[in-house]
Amino acid sequence: MKKDLDKINVILATDCGSTTTKAILIEKREGSYRLIARGEAPTTVEAPFEDVTMGVLNAVAEVGELSERKLLDEDDKIITPADNGVGCDIYISTSSAGGGLQMMVAGVVRSMTAESAERAALGAGAIVMDVIASNDKRRPHQQIERIRHLRPDMILLSGGIDGGTTSHVVEIAELISAADPKPRLGSGYQLPVIFAGNIEARDAIKDTLSNKVDLGIVDNIRPILERENLLPAREKIHDLFMEHVMAQAPGYRKLMEWTDAPIMPTPGAVGAIIKTIADLENIEAVGVDIGGATTDVFSVFRPEGAEGIFNRTVSANLGMSYSVSNVFAEATLPNVMRWMPFDMDERDLRNRVKNKMIRPTTIPQSMEELIYEQAIAKEALRLAFVQHKSFATVLKGVQKQRTIADAFDQDASGATIVNMMTLDMLVGSGGVLSHAPRRQQAGLMLIDAFLPEGITRLAVDSIFMMPQLGVLSTLHAQAATEVFNKDCLIHLGTCVAPTGVVKKGGEMMSYEIHLPDGKVSGKINYGEMKLLKLGLGEDGLPMKARAILEPARHLELGSGKGNKVEAELSGGVVGLILDGRGRPFVLPTDDKERIAALKRWMLELNIYSPEALENL
Amino acid sequence: MAHAYTPGLKVSKKLLVTKKRILPLKGEVVAKVGDKAHPDMVVARTYLPGDVEPINVANQLGLPPEDIESCMLKKIGDPISEGDVIARSKPLFGIKWFSSESKSTLEGTVESISSVTGQVLLRGKPIPVEVKAYLEGEIVEVFEQEGVAVCTWGSFIQGIFGIGGETHGNIKVVVPDNTTTLEDKHIDESCKGCIVIGGSRVTADALKKAIKVEATGVVTGGFDDKDLRDFLGYDIGVAITGSEDLGTTLVITEGFGDISMAQKTFELLKSKDGEMACINGATQIRAGVIRPEVVIPLEGDVHDKQAAEEVEQHGLVIGSPIRVIRHPYFGRLGQVSGLPSPLQVLESESKARVLEVTFDAGEKAIVPRANVELIES
Repeated sequence: MKKDLDKINVILATDCGSTTTKAILIEKREGSYRLIARGEAPTTVEAPFEDVTMGVLNAVAEVGELSERKLLDEDDKIITPADNGVGCDIYISTSSAGGGLQMMVAGVVRSMTAESAERAALGAGAIVMDVIASNDKRRPHQQIERIRHLRPDMILLSGGIDGGTTSHVVEIAELISAADPKPRLGSGYQLPVIFAGNIEARDAIKDTLSNKVDLGIVDNIRPILERENLLPAREKIHDLFMEHVMAQAPGYRKLMEWTDAPIMPTPGAVGAIIKTIADLENIEAVGVDIGGATTDVFSVFRPEGAEGIFNRTVSANLGMSYSVSNVFAEATLPNVMRWMPFDMDERDLRNRVKNKMIRPTTIPQSMEELIYEQAIAKEALRLAFVQHKSFATVLKGVQKQRTIADAFDQDASGATIVNMMTLDMLVGSGGVLSHAPRRQQAGLMLIDAFLPEGITRLAVDSIFMMPQLGVLSTLHAQAATEVFNKDCLIHLGTCVAPTGVVKKGGEMMSYEIHLPDGKVSGKINYGEMKLLKLGLGEDGLPMKARAILEPARHLELGSGKGNKVEAELSGGVVGLILDGRGRPFVLPTDDKERIAALKRWMLELNIYSPEALENL
Repeated sequence: MAHAYTPGLKVSKKLLVTKKRILPLKGEVVAKVGDKAHPDMVVARTYLPGDVEPINVANQLGLPPEDIESCMLKKIGDPISEGDVIARSKPLFGIKWFSSESKSTLEGTVESISSVTGQVLLRGKPIPVEVKAYLEGEIVEVFEQEGVAVCTWGSFIQGIFGIGGETHGNIKVVVPDNTTTLEDKHIDESCKGCIVIGGSRVTADALKKAIKVEATGVVTGGFDDKDLRDFLGYDIGVAITGSEDLGTTLVITEGFGDISMAQKTFELLKSKDGEMACINGATQIRAGVIRPEVVIPLEGDVHDKQAAEEVEQHGLVIGSPIRVIRHPYFGRLGQVSGLPSPLQVLESESKARVLEVTFDAGEKAIVPRANVELIES
């Protein structure tokens, strides 16, 4: 439904999660869009309610009460358009209830067409249950067995460049046909399968699949080796998500009639807002959302000045409650323990982690519990980012033409496009980051897990409204951006971290920073951290400070080794963090030295109270 | 949010328990409404499609894919046995020795023949699947071609975590009270076929002994995660269990570590010593949570809905019996003695809604409401 953007003054948005439905109300006041109220209610997808709109109406009613604005009429319908202090102009929603969008993808070569298909599915907001490829080292009968058991919401099949061989991709289609897969929800319809492969294989694919599945055909995801074309597949995924998955979930048909834009899968909407912001500001950004069960990482990078390349990964079993035990298993005990400024008995720690897994809603009461939970969070974030880096790559399988000048600088095909030195902004979201008792804790968790290099702005999402703003960005980018910057983000400040290592105690960097209350200058030595206050302005946006930063001879801050950098640094509720711990970052191996270093950094950054650190 | 506390696990002396027993695919239901059910009784059966094995006939015969159809000796749907020749290339110069063959690798049927890829898919014989009643009770509903609902009156105990699937046996309480650690010395040959009841933690040795003497299940208060890892040989990352095949099913009622079984649960199990119980260790802690369970079937008419134990549900109020489910008071029992409504700052500096608990020993403490579990009475 097309609406005149200038006439949109009141926006109502909901996000239907697995357990909670969150509603926000945005209003245009004095020329800019601001968040007015937020409400939530339990999601009502499952028995005994089995109607998602009940939870939506409860959350909307709460927002209405908090904002003193009547949003629902006597028949419990959302009043639209806004008139005389009543109702809203547009209503939009995202959803991850009922397990979100679960997909299986398939391609011919694992690192080429199958990976492109995976990228398309993840970018559309799906959970990728498995990737089937001709060379995934499984025997065909094992692949068939797997397809049969998965019960995805849909399958995306790719393979072959346009005009290339057809037999490999048809072989995969034959496996799908033999498995005769059934959809997860509803038994009355055929499983949707999207074919986005070699244009010349279309007829053979139709012959193989069309009477067993609901086959849709879109442009090839990899028309030539050197280019990915993900958009047609992503759009088709969104259409099918609405037509099949959403329409099967209880109450969604009604909800779809209410909204002014298609309902988006929650992670797809988060990706949309990150991409919108990165494009508007022409920056490189990484967003992370660490939940109870999964951790999503989103990034926009511009390698060699290219247009922003968006990537999303989901680490399905890295999270802070349901999956906390898996973080522990994957990271291993020593990696979790290295972040703790005290010793803990392994048996005790293991039992505590498992008890959190089986009772996921509990919260840390004691300081000791908070510290170990934040130590686990650092590892969950680190592992999720490792996965992201290995996935966000330049296209694999592409032959590069090289000249003699490249002889000493040969990027491998498939090298990651994640570049921590050029990264401008790192945004964290999810309970352990957004609800950390001190904002400094969120800042240090992000720094320790992601190890930003050079100059990087840090922020956290205050109340997790990125999903609603994501779907809003598709309708009204200006409103979404204004609310994102002023109400959604809590600007923490900026981290300045020279890369390289010097001898113990050696100088890492000298700085001269023009803060609002005067100039400060000094040196940062190896192994030191320093916090300088630079807060927010009256408008709620970060204050700026001009800085001249000079790394030591073999170190770098973004302008080459030993080269001075002049930059404008952004403040925030934490301030400017000067990180002299070097990159690559290495913790002392001796336990006593390690604990002393951790305590020193924690005290300097005011992470925990000195008394708490003393008593542990 | 209205429910700022965790509802406790269900422990009930008498409850109407109904379980749906459904086939993974449509098939034949062999029980009818009114039939008396016992745990090992088959109520429905079906056949899963057999495994599929692809054979690249084009490669084996050295022919282009489009030519294989003319060489096939078996057509789609034809039955085949292992070793059967399914395709043979045409002999060169009419000499038989110069022809090549493709042989079936399994017993079943020919599923498909592709002239695009040269692949022939063979499907193995259907795999029979049976669903059993699991409970002792009565069949109260039949879902045509899908399965049945079995119903019984029973004592019902919900556990917090388990491993292993459905089983049954007679209850055998082997410890004097709910605080005693279940050790291997408590388990002997007389436990064969029984559900062994412990008090607090079960040791890894005790669990090994239970498997050795062929006890069908172990129900106890706690278990050490380190023992669990040693025992399974891997770390459980995500709490989705039930398919482990260890020889016995384990149900933990309270949590990980040295934690005593709740007095009420222990007393209930003790009062049923020697009676038959059906247990399931399957646990899934995600949306659509599944907890492990112990069902002790009782006599009684399943159509008489009046006899259920009255369960009072008051939510969290002054006087509610609770268990703290997180450190520093993990596992301690008490009663709610205060419910202040403003958010309070905890030692961790987090702000949360809290309650005051008076522990059974008399001392008081403030704990976040999220960290307690209601003990349902």
